Amino acid sequence: MNNLQAQYNKHMIRRKATNYIMLTMMVLCAVIALIPLISILTHIGASGIKGLNLGFITNLPSPVGETGGGMGNGLVGTLILVTIASVIGIPLGVLTAIYLSEYQQIGIFPSVVRFVADSLLGIPSIVVGIFAYVVIVIPMKSFSAFAGGAALGIMLIPIIIRGTEGMLRMVPDSYREAGLALGMRKWRVIVSIVLPTAIRGIVTTIMLGIARISGETAPLLLTAFGNHYWSTRIDQPIAALPLQIFNYAISPFEEWHNQAWSGSLLLILLVLIISIVSRVATRQQKFK
Amino acid sequence: MTKIIKTEKVQAWYGTEKALNGISLDINKNKVTAIIGPSGCGKSTFIRCLNRMHEVIPGAKVTGKVLVNDVDIYSAQVDPVDIRRKIGMVFQKPNPFPTMSIFNNVASGLKLNGITDKKFVAESVEKSLKMAALWDEVKTRLHHSGMSLSGGQQQRLCIARALAVEPDILLMDEPASALDPISTLRIEELLQELKKEYTIVIVTHNMQQAARISDYTAFLLNGDLIEYDLTESMFTKPNDKRTEDYITGRFG
Amino acid sequence: MTRNNYESALEQLDKTIIKMGNLVEEQIKEAVESLARQDLELAQKVIEKDNVINELELEIEEFILKLIATQQPIAKDLRRIAAGFKIIADLERMGDNAVDIAKTILRIGNEPLIKALIDIPRMAEITQEMLKESLDSYVTGDVELAESLASKDDEVDGLHAQIIRELITYMLENPKNIKQATHLMFVSRYLERIADHTTNVGENVIYMITAARKDLN
Repeated sequence: MNNLQAQYNKHMIRRKATNYIMLTMMVLCAVIALIPLISILTHIGASGIKGLNLGFITNLPSPVGETGGGMGNGLVGTLILVTIASVIGIPLGVLTAIYLSEYQQIGIFPSVVRFVADSLLGIPSIVVGIFAYVVIVIPMKSFSAFAGGAALGIMLIPIIIRGTEGMLRMVPDSYREAGLALGMRKWRVIVSIVLPTAIRGIVTTIMLGIARISGETAPLLLTAFGNHYWSTRIDQPIAALPLQIFNYAISPFEEWHNQAWSGSLLLILLVLIISIVSRVATRQQKFK
Repeated sequence: MTKIIKTEKVQAWYGTEKALNGISLDINKNKVTAIIGPSGCGKSTFIRCLNRMHEVIPGAKVTGKVLVNDVDIYSAQVDPVDIRRKIGMVFQKPNPFPTMSIFNNVASGLKLNGITDKKFVAESVEKSLKMAALWDEVKTRLHHSGMSLSGGQQQRLCIARALAVEPDILLMDEPASALDPISTLRIEELLQELKKEYTIVIVTHNMQQAARISDYTAFLLNGDLIEYDLTESMFTKPNDKRTEDYITGRFG
Repeated sequence: MTRNNYESALEQLDKTIIKMGNLVEEQIKEAVESLARQDLELAQKVIEKDNVINELELEIEEFILKLIATQQPIAKDLRRIAAGFKIIADLERMGDNAVDIAKTILRIGNEPLIKALIDIPRMAEITQEMLKESLDSYVTGDVELAESLASKDDEVDGLHAQIIRELITYMLENPKNIKQATHLMFVSRYLERIADHTTNVGENVIYMITAARKDLN
């Protein structure tokens, strides 16, 4: 046995021990990280499931003491708010990302755009709510679904810009070059080659963004405001699941607490369903 | 011998870094011309100047003249898109479009450039795949993903894709460097067939490959053209000491 | 099929070597004929023809160098090309020997022969057979045929020794015979050399096919 081998062997036991200890710690951390996640989900599931029925999804809230009230208006309201936010946020975000990734990667303007988007990501959501209040609610002299959707849309833009740009950047340049070398115009390469290649990643990004905003409460307090009745008008205050959950949760009534749990579960399921549907819709073309 | 491409003092930059110091080189029609040289000598840059792909890279610049069939492809009236349809390119790594089937990969250059005649496209796909010696292997699964093929097949798919737009010239940037020896030989054999109808310019860092497949060889070093001659002359009696040292493996 | 180009180049090499072999065969045949008939004109022609063979050798040499430089032959291909390289050198030497014979005939001129030629034509016949067989073995890769050259070479060597002995007796009988007898001795010697070269060809064929070295001489 040579000298080097002997030196290796000297530390062998210690190295193996270190290896096991570190590995055990990592697994342990992974388990610990899962505990809050799973306990939140199981707790919401367990607390919310008993109140969750068809009536809950379709009925209006009922006064205290009466049974059978639901969050139908909140569910519809949230869907409307998310739709408004998507209409504002997705095109703006995706087109900006295409600009940053495909047309102008380097330079002062793109750097400024990225910096602003990053800053916007870090702004507390209540601040976005105040901004929408000042810019939309005050001039319109009314709380409205539009103001709420706009606030959520503003929050969505930076998420989509940064995420989509990252996804587009992950498409290898070799595909772009192959397209250009075939004599395709640049927009053609982007539309027919780059976007289809990145579409799943982009959809995932958008879904994460929507999941994130659909649970936001703070920006809606000063914009969508909440509504105890059915309303689908975008110039009127509108109900939203997170607002109702918030209001019910801080109420002193046991019955409302239970409804808040069911609302939370409904919100989670909503995000889950949107996510699944969009994933199925953009599934990679199946090749036999 | 017809000179299909003539370059005059082609210089190229990446930002402020100069990659080519003025290359003047005439390329013969229906011949295979190999560009060899050590890494970073500018050989890939040079062929990318021949179909205006160099300028695609941000900050890249070209000066000098490139005449293809006596037309200066860098003149203001020329649309780079037209140039690239006439001068096809195959890249180092096989890059079939991942979201497309085998058929659509080959058809992409036609379909995405506005050709809608389905019969014409189908015929063109078959012809191109046959020319690329891939037809027999894929004819029963044209609608499978292009990514389902082996590396060598993918590269032949890329060759078929380039052929489908019916270029006059085929530029190949180390087309076999990512392939196994048998796939490499198949591609090399294919080139011998293709040169009957096309002019081929191939960049390779593999001198033996250049020797095997090309009629003419150009040796580039640090952005300069050192020697350009018939391949068999270059590999038996090179004129320049640097060429000799490179092809005998003494440097590079 | 891969490497069609390379395969066809190898085939072309074979063909050119055979072409050179045929020329040499013809040259030897004509040299021997010119002796039998004392045809000085034919002898002259044999000498002149040598140029063609020499040029062909250079041409093949060049071709082989290009083949090695551009196609990187290995294993049996490499042996084949290396064998070809050596075979053309042997063929060229045989051609030179034929020229030497022709020159000797010119030196003998029209003076009557001191004896009827029996063994020399016999020797020439075997030598030509050997050349033909060596070339055949190259074309077909027939190792047995190549090996059979050894026994024929012994026969030629035997004839050569016999001719020398015979010519020495003629010299002893009459000193006037010495000049022509010496010339004839050289003719015999050249034929014997040609036979030796054919065994070299045979050895190279064996190496080309089996990669084994064998001495046939």
